[in-house]
Amino acid sequence: MSDTSANAVAFVRTESVPASAPPVNAAGPVKWLKDNLFDGVGNSILTVLAFVAIFLILSNTMPWVINGIWDAPTLAACREILDGTTGACFAVLSERWNQLLFGFKYPTEMYWRPALAFAMLFVAFAPVLFFDLPRKLLIFTGLYPFIAFWLIWGGPIVNPILALVGLIVGYMVFVRLEKTSFAMAMGAGVVSAAVIWSLSKVIGSDSAIFSIGYLETVPSRDLGGFMLNMMLGVTCVSLSLPLGIALALGRQSSMPLIKYVCVIFIEFIRGVPLITLLFVASVMLGYFFPPGSGVDLFIRVVIMITLFSAAYIAEVVRGGLAALPKGQYEAADSLGLDYAQATRLIILPQALKISIPGIVNIAVGLFKDTTLVSVISMFDMVGMIRGPILASTDWNGVYWELFSFAALLFFVVCYGISQYSQWLERRLATDH
Amino acid sequence: MLLNDTRYRSLTLQAIAAILLALAIFYLANNVVTNLQRLGLNIDFSFLGAPAGYDINQRLIEYTSQSTNLKAAFVGILNTLLVAFLACIMATIFGVFAGVLRLSNNWLVSKLMSIYVEIFRNIPVLIWILIIYGIMTVVMPAPRAFRGEDAEAAMFLGISAFTNRGVYIPGPEFSRIFGEMGILSAGIGWLVAIAILICSFFGGRTVTRRATRIQEATGVRPATLVTNLAIWFLPLIAFFIITGLAFEIPELKGFNFKGGIKIGAPLIAIWFALSIYTGAFIAENVRAGIQAVSKGQTEAASALGIRPNRIMSLVVLPQALRVIIPPLISQYLNITKNSSLAILVGYADVTATLGGITLNQTGRAIECIVLLMLFYLIISLIISAVANLYNNSTKLKER
Repeated sequence: MSDTSANAVAFVRTESVPASAPPVNAAGPVKWLKDNLFDGVGNSILTVLAFVAIFLILSNTMPWVINGIWDAPTLAACREILDGTTGACFAVLSERWNQLLFGFKYPTEMYWRPALAFAMLFVAFAPVLFFDLPRKLLIFTGLYPFIAFWLIWGGPIVNPILALVGLIVGYMVFVRLEKTSFAMAMGAGVVSAAVIWSLSKVIGSDSAIFSIGYLETVPSRDLGGFMLNMMLGVTCVSLSLPLGIALALGRQSSMPLIKYVCVIFIEFIRGVPLITLLFVASVMLGYFFPPGSGVDLFIRVVIMITLFSAAYIAEVVRGGLAALPKGQYEAADSLGLDYAQATRLIILPQALKISIPGIVNIAVGLFKDTTLVSVISMFDMVGMIRGPILASTDWNGVYWELFSFAALLFFVVCYGISQYSQWLERRLATDH
Repeated sequence: MLLNDTRYRSLTLQAIAAILLALAIFYLANNVVTNLQRLGLNIDFSFLGAPAGYDINQRLIEYTSQSTNLKAAFVGILNTLLVAFLACIMATIFGVFAGVLRLSNNWLVSKLMSIYVEIFRNIPVLIWILIIYGIMTVVMPAPRAFRGEDAEAAMFLGISAFTNRGVYIPGPEFSRIFGEMGILSAGIGWLVAIAILICSFFGGRTVTRRATRIQEATGVRPATLVTNLAIWFLPLIAFFIITGLAFEIPELKGFNFKGGIKIGAPLIAIWFALSIYTGAFIAENVRAGIQAVSKGQTEAASALGIRPNRIMSLVVLPQALRVIIPPLISQYLNITKNSSLAILVGYADVTATLGGITLNQTGRAIECIVLLMLFYLIISLIISAVANLYNNSTKLKER
């Protein structure tokens, strides 16, 4: 019986057929090519044009880069080695490496000082940029400006230490008195800090304390190269952030006097090009200081760039403040927080989070704008290239190598910062 | 105490602020006065009327070294406006092109455009200006390379010459009516041409409005294409024929090209550098603007039966433009301010004439810088006023 029933049907499949592979043009790389590159006539033409463009760019630049000469004393020697073939003279970079980074006046035997300060910059910034690192590192961040100042400019270590102690004493006085009256505490803090700062004058410059930890002094006018760009960028961004936040809060203020002072300041600064402000720094700002004070050019430039970027940061932060729902302000009020508490605990943390992309854009823009100081004859990276290096008889005529290097350096830094900001935005995102 | 009484707190604080502000201003002003007295200087604008004593080779109006400093500044202002205008147009073209292509579903093209945007945004515009100036002055052949039977360089299409002294292109000349009127003839001719174009614009708008009115009344839209084309082009062509518009082709005479229009290397450097640099920013604005229009809008429009090209012009673009235009205007403002970098390559804009040579020759630092800032402030106030007008006119009208 079972035999017959088994034989009654000629053929029965007992398991399913394995799925056959999809057609070549519906899966895998071919499908990807078809979907992404050759999707229709117009797209195919675009693809071909893009390939031609890539080919033209690469075929013109690659031989130049690959044949580059890295070791030659002068441009003439480099051209001799190249012997008529296409190739870059990157030798200018290796020969003038120190000048590009530190300028042409910074004493050679002291290069380790700015280099060390630069390395420490990363340690100092790490806890600010990445929240997962131990919070104790922030102490180093607080100390960093004083260490960096001492390393780069030299002089007795007593000066930065006194400045630091002054700040700490001022802050402690402020905290002690804050409960009784905010304004009084502020005043007392400033006064006590000033007392400490003036100690160095009281001691007298020939005192033995000043020989402790003495590094040879380097005047500001000897700073240069990429170091100058970094110093201006870091200093001005750090200084302009608090100033910008203060201006933004001032602009939102209900007090007309404060509001309009802030509005006029912000709109004035934003209405003029940075270069005119740098002219102010180089020829005009000196008149605003007491006669004979002789504030040096670096500080004057820092002042003007800080004011410049503070105005832009103020606008970005104002955008963040305006984006906060009114309920946040009202909730803070109904909790009984005063203005300072509400701003510090409720408003600013949220507003600043919204403003992060904008602030980073300003920071990147500012870092790029530090190259403008070459117009007022400071020898930053671009100033070094245009001035001492291109004007020297050895390297007269090496444009592309130098400018490509400068471009690459700025690209790496600026692109890095913008990638960090995108990471931070994702990290801080609390919505779904 | 006044600070703890909410009725007077605001006033008290403002009074304190006013006192501090007055003290600060007094301190600074006092310093300025003392310093100026010590150096034997004064504030005096009469130097503006004195002869400038330097030449400007890029100029839109008549100017000699005997002209006044004021006139030099004015030449500079016109040069600033010229380069800003040219760069705004070209940056918009680059930006829109790159922004739209970045959204293309062609993987290669969109990646190329992101590379363009990232590279140009992240490198200082100063370096771009110097690089393009380098290309214009180092790579381009000297005029003498065009000489002889087997010249090393050839003129582009036989009508333009790219040399290391600048680019020479054919210059339009009105040979008939304006021929006898001297130096301003071409200027007046072009002004008339622009006036005709403006009239054509209003004429075309009237035709379109009439068509819309007829469509709303009857449901049938009359064809407007031919009429519009005629309104736009016929008067202009007629004007050119009447005035005998002819192009003068540059020729190599002696050591340099003569005839046609010369665009100097500095102008090209600053123009192109600002265009490609700002174009990268505009590309991002354009991309963001198009992406800001939610997909539901397109879908709703097609559900209503609107055709794809009408969806673009009636639904997507008006909403995207509302997002794109305000940052675009602020980029125009940036171009105008960044054009001050022209001083770097020797383009005679207002920063280079008033804030550069005049300042250095007369030593009138405060006066020159104040005037310079005033000029840029006025320009940026005008541009922001235009931006505000636009924002108010396109603001979402809710409730």
